[in-house]
Amino acid sequence: MVESSLAEPAGETPATKRSPPVTPSSPAFPLARPPRCIAIVPALNEEKQIPAVVAEIKKNAPAFDVLVIDDGSTDRTAQVARAAGAAVVRHPFNMGYGVALQTAYKYATRRGYDILVQLDGDGQHDPSYIPRLAEQVTSGATDVCVGTRFLENLGYFPPFFRRVGMVVFGYIASRATGRRVTDPTSGYQALSRGAFGFFQSDLFPFDYPDADVLILLHRAGFRVNEIPVRMKPSPTGKSMHGGVLKPMFYVFKMFLSIGVTLLREKPRADKIAPGEQ
Amino acid sequence: MPLVMRVVIFVAAFVLMFIIFELVRKRRLREEYSWLWLLTGLLILALALIPEEVLVYVAKTVMGTPNPPSAIFFLAFCFMVLVCLQFSVRLSRMTEQVKTLAQKIALLEQDIEQERELLAKKG
Repeated sequence: MVESSLAEPAGETPATKRSPPVTPSSPAFPLARPPRCIAIVPALNEEKQIPAVVAEIKKNAPAFDVLVIDDGSTDRTAQVARAAGAAVVRHPFNMGYGVALQTAYKYATRRGYDILVQLDGDGQHDPSYIPRLAEQVTSGATDVCVGTRFLENLGYFPPFFRRVGMVVFGYIASRATGRRVTDPTSGYQALSRGAFGFFQSDLFPFDYPDADVLILLHRAGFRVNEIPVRMKPSPTGKSMHGGVLKPMFYVFKMFLSIGVTLLREKPRADKIAPGEQ
Repeated sequence: MPLVMRVVIFVAAFVLMFIIFELVRKRRLREEYSWLWLLTGLLILALALIPEEVLVYVAKTVMGTPNPPSAIFFLAFCFMVLVCLQFSVRLSRMTEQVKTLAQKIALLEQDIEQERELLAKKG
């Protein structure tokens, strides 16, 4: 590809001295042409929320194609999303949030998108922030931009245990990556082609990507930053960390996951899982 | 070890190996999984044939116990744990493979749907 010969972005923040990995699949931003943009929405049984989410994305970010990944819903999520004008990829059975994200990364890579913004299908993420998140990546300032609830007080107060987890793992991720991570669990992110191309590897988790994935990105040489976003409470009331056993498992899994991520050999950004591309 | 006991163990191990062999022959068990179970059968068979003095000696010097049965139980337990672990490893690999396949199917299905839509639009 010709893009690989483009110059590296000049304006780098001091916190990230390493240059981003530029492989044939990850052209350096800013691009000479208008970037091809896609907004992706993993959804599981969200037939009530998804039409509004798709419509909001189209309204707030008209330059973005919309892809809904139906992770094996038992309701009409896929049909209503398609009717709302989104492209839909249906998993034959439920495989988890992380797998749905990865399917979208594979889709975006196959279709040659340059930038990808991911947001949740339950309407928790306000689509009006999509252009701001994307701008961080398209300007060449970063490879991954995470929308955080905590850099500014925009009115989000998570439950106690959730907050403790966020603080602890945020701290670990901050120490490991050398820059402040306030909201490692946020699924509201913009990724460059290089970053989502890299995530096609089998290193990407099946369940909720978290601080471990941010550390993984950092170790692969990608730059990550955060900008403040406002989030609404999940209208369906579903939480990914409910119950008693789930939070305990979550804490255990995160420690293990961060531990092995740090102990593994440094991943190479240009190495892509066999069978892809 | 009484002779009757040795015979029982010997027969049990023999039956186990016969069952494994039959399963492989009828293609109900794949060869690459069978070797572990055949090894298990062989170990049990060996147990029936090894003289008692050797068992006691090994238990005492290697495991530090005067009680061969406890040593045997411990080793058998370790062996079974390793077998289970091996299954978990295979299961992890298969989960990854199933995931990749399902994703591929989902993406191809979307490709087909899009092609159909384009064709329908063309007339």
